[in-house]
Amino acid sequence: MTDQTIPTMGADTSSTVATPAGEPILEVDNLRMYFPIKSGGLIRRTVGHVQAVDGVSFQVPVGGALGLVGESGCGKSTTGRVITRLYKPTGGAIRFDGRDIGNLKPRALKPFRRDIQMIFQDPYTSLNPRHTVGSIIGAPLAIHNLVPKKQILSRVQELLEVVGLNPEHYNRYPHEFSGGQRQRIGIARALTLQPKLLVADEPVSALDVSIQAQVVNLLQDIQREFGVAFLFIAHDLAVVRHFCPEIAVMYLGKIVEIGERDRIYRHANHPYTQALLSAVPDVKQAAIGGRRERIRLEGDVPSPINPPSGCRFRTRCPLAQEICARQEPPLLQIGPRHKVACHFAGELGQHPFKPVTARLLGVDDQGNPDPGAGPPTELFTQPGFADTWFDIKGRSSVEP
Amino acid sequence: MTTGTELESHFIATDLGPEAPEDRKVASKSPTQLALARFRKDKLSMVSFVIVVFYFLAALAAPFLVQAGVLNPFTTHDELLDANTLPLGGFGGISWDHPLGVEPGVGRDVLSRVWYGITFSLAISLSATLLAVIIGVVAGIVSGASGGWIDAIIGRIIDLTLAFPQTLMLLALSSVALAFITEVLGVPAGDPARALYVIVVLGLFGWTGVARIVRGQVLSLREREFVHAAQLLGASKMRLYFREILPNLWAPILVTFTLIMPAFVSAEAALAYLGVSIHPPTPTLGNILRDSLSYAQNDFVYFFSPAFLIAVIVVSFNLLGDGVRDALDPKGHQ
Repeated sequence: MTDQTIPTMGADTSSTVATPAGEPILEVDNLRMYFPIKSGGLIRRTVGHVQAVDGVSFQVPVGGALGLVGESGCGKSTTGRVITRLYKPTGGAIRFDGRDIGNLKPRALKPFRRDIQMIFQDPYTSLNPRHTVGSIIGAPLAIHNLVPKKQILSRVQELLEVVGLNPEHYNRYPHEFSGGQRQRIGIARALTLQPKLLVADEPVSALDVSIQAQVVNLLQDIQREFGVAFLFIAHDLAVVRHFCPEIAVMYLGKIVEIGERDRIYRHANHPYTQALLSAVPDVKQAAIGGRRERIRLEGDVPSPINPPSGCRFRTRCPLAQEICARQEPPLLQIGPRHKVACHFAGELGQHPFKPVTARLLGVDDQGNPDPGAGPPTELFTQPGFADTWFDIKGRSSVEP
Repeated sequence: MTTGTELESHFIATDLGPEAPEDRKVASKSPTQLALARFRKDKLSMVSFVIVVFYFLAALAAPFLVQAGVLNPFTTHDELLDANTLPLGGFGGISWDHPLGVEPGVGRDVLSRVWYGITFSLAISLSATLLAVIIGVVAGIVSGASGGWIDAIIGRIIDLTLAFPQTLMLLALSSVALAFITEVLGVPAGDPARALYVIVVLGLFGWTGVARIVRGQVLSLREREFVHAAQLLGASKMRLYFREILPNLWAPILVTFTLIMPAFVSAEAALAYLGVSIHPPTPTLGNILRDSLSYAQNDFVYFFSPAFLIAVIVVSFNLLGDGVRDALDPKGHQ
């Protein structure tokens, strides 16, 4: 199972310590981020909450990479920002290297700042236009007082070389660089403190397509060379597929499906994931003369202020039935490293007609409490993956 | 409005030095370079800029010229006055020795007095502007960047300051404040204490506009990703405010500076007229104007000189401020 976690690392990358899958660098447990909505006027009462992230759990292995995908406004960027503690989470735990950093005060957080860094989406606003490249990349060293002032420059030049820029350009300003070069500067800044985890918030979506591949390859080289773990947030499924051995799909603040790359891309079980994947242009499919059928979702994403009851996707889901409005589907493990949150989980075209989760939740097929069904089954709700899983075809627990 | 040549001029071939061959030959101009180019193109702004520079040079030179004896703002010339103490000769007694005539009453050289007066007027208004801008920028950054109750409190302080009847306050408090300045702070009584009083009062009441403009800018700046990046690196609040945000504010600060300065020049003149600022015999444009008003009918040249100099500096500074604003913010105005 360990090998499957980090297949991109290859067998020859001896520098990366292949840790057991049980030792994640980052573990996010039931993370919630609600933004209060204040009324206008003198006394600003809280009149509601934007539930941007609502109960998200996942793990990122040491030196591994987890892709977080979803459409705009689904909370994936917010998740990244909460993990880097730009925001204080409303609830849940962020365990980094075994310690919960979710509730730390800014002062106590400072040592962790060295280990978690972020690559931003827009290279045009993420670099201070009034600072030289040298002072941008050297800022982390100056802030943390790590090296004497005289050595900052040599370290900056070293980093510029790592990201493929001319080390002599440390004295230039960001406006003298192109978008791709600026993103490289942003990456160099994130690397300065030699972090253990990099949160990449759509690192290539603001870049020209021809540059995207270069930057993604650079990130991959960095991962291989320094063993940095990545939380890769993107809406470009192709980029995520290239980069991440594990992928989580988010919809309206919740993870709807999470699992290994191949499970997600070839055996997606959630109707939302299937719709998302059907929208990706496929060259191979075009070459053999056919077009995959696209699943068109009707309507807009509902408001995260007042999300739908039960399953949040039900308002746009082609499979939705009564139970979907009554019961929230649990994130159910259906394979060795595959979890899905759907009452009618199944591969495209093979969705069951009866909810697979009814018996587990102790309800009948319409989602009403069913006294005859017996008590609800104890479900595995930890961020990682359990050794046993639920087989949706056989409708029973399976051990490997 | 944007012509082809203007577009082309945004991209210039720059000499990149020895490593040039491997670099791109075409470099884009920085925003600063673009603003400077726009400013240079604006004739009115350039003229007012030259005038302002001229004033400052004159103000800097005056003390040395007085010391060297070229300017004699304190020497009286009874022999040039008639029985009514009005200057002999036409146009306020204009002659080669006294190009702007002599003062009625005691017969001091008007040119020397207004020239030296520029020095004091500009020194006071410049110091007051600096004080106002510093207070305003700090208050604005802290207010905009921290938000919440700090923002609310600073906002209320601004409202309160604006609602204060400052001119009345200035007059009413002057004797108490002057006593405080001389006795507690140990500033020499007389002109230094009065000058300090005017500077502090103008500064303390003039920062509100700066604070509001800066706060507005900071509200948009703090959402930029480079601020988040600095936060992620664990930067302190001081670093965030003054190393990351402040350098991005120099354009609005420069504009407000050039727009506050003329207001303070005329405010200083008004205060001098009311007798709060530096007193004669030390000249300021304001107290010369006050003195000359009583002779306005009999000696027009004497009245005209300080009034004209004040008008020119105020207009030039205002035009300069407009020009700077237009140059730095090409989308707004016009």
